[in-house]
Amino acid sequence: MHRPSPDLETRRPDPPPAELRGAVKRYGAVTALAGVDLEIRRGELVALLGPNGAGKTSAVKLLLGTSAPDEGVARLFGADPRAPAARTRMGAMLQISKVPETLAVREHLELFASYYPAPLALDRVLAAAGLEALAARPFGKLSGGERQRLLFALALVGDPELLILDEPTVGLDVESRHRLWEAIQGFVRRGRSVLLTTHYLEEADALSDRVVVIHEGRVLAEGRPAAIKARTAGRRIRCLTSLRPAEIAGWDGVRSARWDGPAVEVLSSTAEPVVRELLARDPGLSELEVAAASLEEAFLALTGDDAADAPSSAPPETLSRGAA
Amino acid sequence: MNAETMDAARPLAVGSRNLARIYALEAKYEFLKLLRLPAYSLPTIAFPAVFYALFTVTYGSHQIGGVQAAAYMLATYGTFGVIGAALFGFGVGVAVERGQGWLLLKRASPMPPGAYFAAKCAMSLVFGAIIVTVLSVLGALLAGLRLPPGEWLGLGLVQMAGAFPFCALGLAFGTWCGPNSAPAVVNLVYLPMSLASGLWMPLSILPAFLRHLAPWMPPYHLAQLALKVVGGDAGQPVWLHVGALALVTAISLGLARAGLRRDADQTYG
Repeated sequence: MHRPSPDLETRRPDPPPAELRGAVKRYGAVTALAGVDLEIRRGELVALLGPNGAGKTSAVKLLLGTSAPDEGVARLFGADPRAPAARTRMGAMLQISKVPETLAVREHLELFASYYPAPLALDRVLAAAGLEALAARPFGKLSGGERQRLLFALALVGDPELLILDEPTVGLDVESRHRLWEAIQGFVRRGRSVLLTTHYLEEADALSDRVVVIHEGRVLAEGRPAAIKARTAGRRIRCLTSLRPAEIAGWDGVRSARWDGPAVEVLSSTAEPVVRELLARDPGLSELEVAAASLEEAFLALTGDDAADAPSSAPPETLSRGAA
Repeated sequence: MNAETMDAARPLAVGSRNLARIYALEAKYEFLKLLRLPAYSLPTIAFPAVFYALFTVTYGSHQIGGVQAAAYMLATYGTFGVIGAALFGFGVGVAVERGQGWLLLKRASPMPPGAYFAAKCAMSLVFGAIIVTVLSVLGALLAGLRLPPGEWLGLGLVQMAGAFPFCALGLAFGTWCGPNSAPAVVNLVYLPMSLASGLWMPLSILPAFLRHLAPWMPPYHLAQLALKVVGGDAGQPVWLHVGALALVTAISLGLARAGLRRDADQTYG
C-alpha cells in the first residue's frame, strides 16, 4: 500500500480515487440523485453521460465536497471530500462563465498552485494546456477556447491524481474540443483517473474507458462505450402518413411511434427497414425526414429497454410508448 | 503505464504547502484584481476625495460643533470612503464571483476558506488606508488642516478597524444578491445610509427626522467614533457605538452564513 489513509475503511487497502455509494441528494421537493453508485478506479476515464438536469452536476458537487449527500456516502481517495486535505489530490474543471478578468493567466496559476502541497512547475502547466504564449494575458482578453484551456490548467496545476471535469467542452469549436480531448487523454496515459460529465455521446465514446448513463438521478446503464452506443444509437423518422402510430409501434426495430402535430414520429434502432415498410404500406406518404435520435430520445429508448427487462420498475416515460 | 509504476515514480505528497504564503498571495491578487478594475478603484477612491475636496475648499475654515470643518469632514468623509471600499469590494466581489461559478471552483480546491475572506478584508483595509491618506493630504493642502500626529493616527486606526463591520455587511449582501443586481442594491443601501448618518453633511443641518433616524444607521456609529478622536462627536458613550457596530457584524455574519449554506444547496444540472 503506497498511500496510507488514516481515517478510512480498513477493508480496502487502496481506496478508489472517487466513489459514491447509494448517494441521495434532494433540493427541496426535487430529488436530484436517487441512490447513485459510482466508482472511478485508478488509471480509468469514466464518462458520466446524461441530458441536462440528469443529476450529473449534483453528483460532481458531492465529490468536490461543495455539498453533502442526504443519504449514502461520497469519498475521495477514501476520505470525506469536504476535508480540504482530501481535495489536494484532485483537480476540478467546472462550468464557469468567468474568472477574475484583470488577473493574468500566470497569476491565476500561481495562486492556485499555492493551494497544493506538490504543484507542477508553472511552465509545465502552461505547456500542457497550450498557454505558453498567453501567460501574461489577462483572463478578460482570452478567447473562449483559451479561457477553457486556463480552466483546464487550473485543474492540472496541483499535479492531481484525479481530474473531475464538468462538461469541459461545452461551447468549444471542433478544434479546441479535440485539443482538450488530447490533453485529457495524455493525463490518463500517465496512470491518472478522470471523471468527465458530458451530454455528448460522441465525447463519451471518444474518450472514456467506461460510460455511466444517468437520467433523472438514477444510473440507467453502465458499460464500455461501444456497448452503450449500440443501445442508445437510433434514428428519428418523421412523416405525414395515413398509418396510425399504434400500428407502426408493433413493427420490428421500432422503439416508439407517436403523433407529433399532424405528423407521425417514429424512433427506431435503424431507419432503412422502417422507411421501406412505411413506403410500401402508404404510397401517399409525404414530407419524410430521417435524423439521428437525440440523446434525450436515446435515453427514452434505454428506459424502454430496461422496462422490458424489469417491468415492475418501468419509469413513467415508457407510457408514451406506442400510445397516441 | 499502470498505477503501480506511476506511484513509485511519484514522490509522496507531504503537507508542505505554506499557509502564510497562500494568505499572502490571495490578498495580493485580490488587491491587484481590484486595482486594475477602474469600475471599482476609481469611484471608491475618487468619490470621497472629490466630495471632501469640494466641501473643504468651500467650508474648510468654518466650525462644526466646535471643530474645524476640515477636521470634522475628514472624519465623516473618511468613514464614507472606508465603508464604500468594504461594501463594494466584499458585496459586489462575492456576488459576482458566486454568480460566475468562480467561488464554487475555489471551494472545490484545497484553498483554506479563511484565505478567501481574509484577502477581501485585507483589500478593504488597504483601499481604506489609501482613501484616508488621500483625504488627509487634501485637507492639509486645500484647507491648511493641521492635526496633532496622535489624532491623525487615531483617526486612521478607528476607520481601519471600523471597516470590519462593513466587510461583514458587504459579505451578507454578496451572499444574497445576484451578480447583476449587487452593485445597484449596495448603492441603494450605501448612499441613503451615508446621508442619513451625517457622512455628507453634518447632522446639525439635516432635517429633524433624519437626525432621529441617524442612530439606527450603522455608519453613524463609526462616524461618531471617528469624530470622537477630533472632539466633534455628539457626546454619546463609546460602548454604545462599539456595541452597535458589533451587533451589525454579528447579524451580517449570520446572514452571510445562511446565504453561503443556501448556495451549497442550490440545484443545477
